[in-house]
Amino acid sequence: MPTYTLNTPLTDADIEKLRAGDVVLLNGIIYSGRDAAHKKLMDLLDAGKPLPFELKGASIYYVGPSPAPPGRPIGSAGPTTSYRMDAYAPRLHALGLKASIGKGKRSDEVKKAMQEHKAVYFGATGGAGALLSKCITASKVIAFDDLGPEAIREMTVKDFPLLVINDAFGGELYAKPKLDD
Amino acid sequence: MREIKAADITAAVAQMCMSANTKLPADVRKKFEEGHKNETTEAGKEIFRQLLENADLAFETKLPLCQDCGLAIFYVELGEDVFVPGGVNKAITEGMVAGYKDGFLRKSSCDPLTRKNTGDNTPAIIHIDLVPGDKLKISYMAKGGGSENMSRVTMLSPSQGWEGIKKFVVQRVAEAGPNPCPPVILGIGIGGTFEYAPKIAKQALLRKLDDVHPDPKVAAMEEELLTAVNKLGIGPMGLGGSYTCLAVKIALAPCHIASLPLAVNVQCHSARHEEVEF
Repeated sequence: MPTYTLNTPLTDADIEKLRAGDVVLLNGIIYSGRDAAHKKLMDLLDAGKPLPFELKGASIYYVGPSPAPPGRPIGSAGPTTSYRMDAYAPRLHALGLKASIGKGKRSDEVKKAMQEHKAVYFGATGGAGALLSKCITASKVIAFDDLGPEAIREMTVKDFPLLVINDAFGGELYAKPKLDD
Repeated sequence: MREIKAADITAAVAQMCMSANTKLPADVRKKFEEGHKNETTEAGKEIFRQLLENADLAFETKLPLCQDCGLAIFYVELGEDVFVPGGVNKAITEGMVAGYKDGFLRKSSCDPLTRKNTGDNTPAIIHIDLVPGDKLKISYMAKGGGSENMSRVTMLSPSQGWEGIKKFVVQRVAEAGPNPCPPVILGIGIGGTFEYAPKIAKQALLRKLDDVHPDPKVAAMEEELLTAVNKLGIGPMGLGGSYTCLAVKIALAPCHIASLPLAVNVQCHSARHEEVEF
């Protein structure tokens, strides 16, 4: 299957070449953000205040890492389940978010928003947090420090291994459960 | 009465929390190796390869296997002739807090409404059963939120019986799809009451994956559910394949003549648990 090495921020051209099932090795800056951080981002938008990072071209990683032990930039850092961010994702895609990274299914609204605004949903391997942390070379909290593991971090990634789960053309990688009715 | 020092319990629990989060149980590892060899899809094989590499790395570096180090669940068998000055609950809780702090484990507990993190992973969820004798057994499980969210309790009608149970379980796994980090392990509580069914469902997850239920009828039910769930083809991380579920563990309890309580506790592939005995 095709493998692409991409650098953030992602462009429309990057997104247009990706199809569900492609492997992507992502490089550059990504931002961590999960449940509580997303809620706070919405509060900032509602109040007309600036966000703590540039959303245009950005990639958000749904992750709440474990604490960094001495000598490491970060602890374990695998994806959390994405559907909990479905309520927020369409608004962020409309404002320029190019990719979200997580695990599990997305809602039809998010899939539609990704098609409308040229964005993709990447899957990282759930439960492989120690392994994935090897690709994160730097990490610092840039917002909502009080949220602890849910704070927004700016992370530098090197060849972060991802699968395109939902592309910008309606394609999806996940297997449909075979149920006999 | 036999006296067990609270400090000994605290130290053992702290060690157990750190160890369980960094060392994949041997029975789970064996299933990953089997899956890596036998999974029918390349994508599924690759997931097993990554999970084995992740387990090796976690063991070497002492980074947690998964960043979600869970809420800390304890099933305790406390002998009626055991005396712990200071209290068992407090000793376990202090051990959990120390283990999560010293092991750089993630604290994932928060206020349900304000969502403010409690900061030290408290409260530990402790289920104590009083048993005859002067022994103390503490089983610990790191239960992640992703798989817990996919779990369900339902009150079936007795007329629905085994077929109804089977249908509910298969439907649950199908709807959960890739969300709970398959291949999953299912703890199934059948019977009891509204609160008792999920308690025994979770407890069943403490069994070894390759053990066989002592009651052949229940063992056959576990096999039947495992086969039915694996026919779904969801596969490792939802990428398709024959390994959707690694094992089904059933716990039964008598229930009210009007009821058929059913609890499905979904466990992710990172099935982290250990036990200590005094």
